[in-house]
Amino acid sequence: MIQQPTNTSGGATSLPAPPSAGSVTLTINGVQRHMQLAPWTTLLDALREYADLTGTKKGCDHGQCGSCTVLVNGKRINSCLTLAVMQEGNEITTIEGLGQPENLSPLQQAFIDHDAFQCGYCTPGQICSAQGLINEGRAHTEDEIRELMSGNICRCGAYVGILAAVKEVVDKQSSK
Amino acid sequence: MSDLTTTPRLVEAGTSNTSYIGKPTSRVEGPAKVTGTAKYSAEFNVPGLLYGYVVTSPITKGRITKINSAPVLALEGVVQIFSHENVPSLAWFDRNYKDDVAPGGSPFRPLHDAEIKFNMQPVALVVADSFEVARYAASVLEIEYEQEKFDTNIDLKRDEGHKPGSGKTGFMPPPPPRGNPNDALKNATHRIEGEYIHGAQHHNPMEMFATTVEYHQDGKITAYDKTQGVYNVQQYITKIFGLSKDEARVVNHYMGGGFGSGLRPQYQVFLAVLAALELKQSVRVSLTRQQMFSFGHRPHTLQYLKMGTNPDGTLAALHHHALHETSKFEEYTENVVNWSGMLYQCENVNLGYQVAELDVYTPLDMRAPGAATGSFALEVAMDEMAYAAGLDPLDFRIRNYAEQDQNMKKPFSSKKLRECYHEGAAKFGWDKRTPEPRSMREGNQLIGWGMAGGVWDASMQKAAAKAIFTADGKLEVLSAAGENGTGTYTIMTQIAAETLGLPLEAVTFKLGDTNMPEAPLQGGSWTAASVGSAVKNVCTEVGEKLLKLAQKMKGSPLKGASIDDVHFADGQIRLNTNPSEAVVIRDILPASGEEKLEVESSAMPNMIKQQPYSMHSHNAVFVEVKVDEDLGTVHVTRVVNAVAAGRILNTKTARSQVLGSVVWGISMALMEETVMDHTFGRYMNHNYAEYHVPVNADIHDIDVVFVEEEDDKVNPLGVKGIGEVGMLGVAAAITNAVYHATGKRVRELPIYMDKLL
Ligand code: FES
Ligand code: FES
Repeated sequence: MIQQPTNTSGGATSLPAPPSAGSVTLTINGVQRHMQLAPWTTLLDALREYADLTGTKKGCDHGQCGSCTVLVNGKRINSCLTLAVMQEGNEITTIEGLGQPENLSPLQQAFIDHDAFQCGYCTPGQICSAQGLINEGRAHTEDEIRELMSGNICRCGAYVGILAAVKEVVDKQSSK
Repeated sequence: MSDLTTTPRLVEAGTSNTSYIGKPTSRVEGPAKVTGTAKYSAEFNVPGLLYGYVVTSPITKGRITKINSAPVLALEGVVQIFSHENVPSLAWFDRNYKDDVAPGGSPFRPLHDAEIKFNMQPVALVVADSFEVARYAASVLEIEYEQEKFDTNIDLKRDEGHKPGSGKTGFMPPPPPRGNPNDALKNATHRIEGEYIHGAQHHNPMEMFATTVEYHQDGKITAYDKTQGVYNVQQYITKIFGLSKDEARVVNHYMGGGFGSGLRPQYQVFLAVLAALELKQSVRVSLTRQQMFSFGHRPHTLQYLKMGTNPDGTLAALHHHALHETSKFEEYTENVVNWSGMLYQCENVNLGYQVAELDVYTPLDMRAPGAATGSFALEVAMDEMAYAAGLDPLDFRIRNYAEQDQNMKKPFSSKKLRECYHEGAAKFGWDKRTPEPRSMREGNQLIGWGMAGGVWDASMQKAAAKAIFTADGKLEVLSAAGENGTGTYTIMTQIAAETLGLPLEAVTFKLGDTNMPEAPLQGGSWTAASVGSAVKNVCTEVGEKLLKLAQKMKGSPLKGASIDDVHFADGQIRLNTNPSEAVVIRDILPASGEEKLEVESSAMPNMIKQQPYSMHSHNAVFVEVKVDEDLGTVHVTRVVNAVAAGRILNTKTARSQVLGSVVWGISMALMEETVMDHTFGRYMNHNYAEYHVPVNADIHDIDVVFVEEEDDKVNPLGVKGIGEVGMLGVAAAITNAVYHATGKRVRELPIYMDKLL
């Protein structure tokens, strides 16, 4: 058996060259970043490997887990499923932009209070997703929150805490 | 200059604000985790980093005949391709490749030779100057193989199992038969028997395995590795690559979930270290989610149980036999059947355990290894037995309560399973259950209530810790333990702060670095007991030194007091007889002129104290399911899990551990299974889309009850560990509830809807 046959004609082939990098400007957490990126670089890899914003996590790279959730113009997306070059001109918000250890956002604080995580690896994605859910303004009941937070897997199984944390913030926002 | 003339401040006596143990303290590392500042292994962006991408075998058995590297090496950005063809000569003997928890046999050596032993075996590492180029290059690397016939199906090996040797740490061969199990079964009033099956399951922590190796100018390396044991990894790589301990530091501050997958060093650390040493450059190797299915799993297991009862509902006989897969090169073992000889009182017991070799990678401990498997079969069989004997499943268990461990013929150091039954049942409302199957419903939803329980080892290992107390009143405690969501940072901070009567904010606990004193692997639910005891010891020793210095202060009220005459609370050392006679701890070092106190200490299990006892934690789980009568869909709507695990150090993080365990149990019962296509010897659903685990919408009410349990024999802290016991019985309780709802007895997990239609 031949794995990944690249040479179907029998002669020596040279492989297609990788695409070259070009300048891309991304607006991340309100800061403009000029980066040298090839067109095939995902937004997730751009954040983690090129901008050193490692708060956004990679759990599958295939849009199956939600760990890589970020906000683009306030909407939650899987950053592994979009190319960085497609996001020029958009406002990208990552977990680092939502709050910092000495200046936590209400969701971040609620996640701590309700112990809505264990290993913490899915947590930035959960929080960005919850922020997106709040921005959407659709979820109010526990069942709606459960359903609309179901794109984010937590293998540690912290769902009870996640629900409690998100519900608390949703309730506070709607009572304002 | 030493200034011992400062007069100690006198302070008001009062209740202590620094007793933290047992409180629901929020995770001290919480702010780092919720803001993305906690760094995991693939997140150390060191300068000059190269990226390695692993190529895995598409065949299951055979040989590599050709690797066509040249066209790939010609690509811009590709630095090197490592395979068996160019790996330098490394350590030769098997023992160099054996890690601390390797089972018996000959460990797999990545890129060692042309031989393929299992599907998705790593065969090459492509290194490039960016992740994207490495990934692309790996996808076009042409490799030729010669295939051989293989066996991957345990179903065809039912008669080829054999009793394993005792090569693996923690493995206990089942005890010899007791009583007269065959006759007793024959003469029993009621009898049941059945086969219980679950397929392979993969740990799938959220964070994929990754290692960033930082190559230093002087040729030393620091490996930021995803592992549950930095010392285990250090000894593994130093022995293979001939490095000294000083040359190879291993670090893991945060692990994005382990569940056992990080107990053994995985192949990405081997590959990353190999590449960094060969290229003399820093290298990162991250696995893909697909590759997370290429090493270690809970083994596909077949179990057979036979049981019979006496006229009074006591167990007359119990037979439990298990067979599971192992690889052709290592003999993986776990304790599957032993629990059945100790959870219930029974005089006639026959336990059997065998493994069969297949062309798969070696299985690997996965959350409550053996017990999760064994308790599923035993506890479903117990439910069947209760129905056959016409008894309530809970009442049946209480009738057969084991007052001592009949396997070991020893009393329990403590056992509060009866209280788990009672408190769990009361909270759940078990007395409102009508016993007949299909007797409870809500419209189209069949309602089922089921219960089960379990038992897990309470163990302790040797551990060491260091404490540094500085003149500014701050305490730093270090131990090379792990944090994978278990709450290690938090509980160790609580123990240290309470021992020295300091506010939590004054204490920092650091972990996960081979530059720190050694701690055991993060597994087996023993971290709290082991590292916790070491932390307590080292802080107690700091306290003794502080007392001595405090006594030298002018007018010290503590003069002549022994360590037993004082206590540490609210930032003070106080006389027990008159707590208002005290010295402020912060004042002690400035007064003495010392800048810091540094102490190293360790803790070990007290074998003499423990030897007479069998030490275990227990739980009882009560579950409600709703099954759609037409569609066969199962929802677990309510769970009460009552756990007796000794002293609970932090009710918040411990509750989360049990909540997570319940989610794992629901997953095992209803979703998880890695399915193999035996035509190819390859797992088919090796990704997060097709390997199902629960999402938020699958999880409803879960109640955790901690039953009070004091145990001064297990360890000085009285803790039994909480990471695994909570999972026991969950899958069985769901299976039993499904029977109660539908009248259908499922004996093979997961319970997909086709089994109910
Ligand atoms: S990493 Fe993007 S969804 Fe999993
Ligand atoms: S906290 Fe570990 S995966 Fe969610």
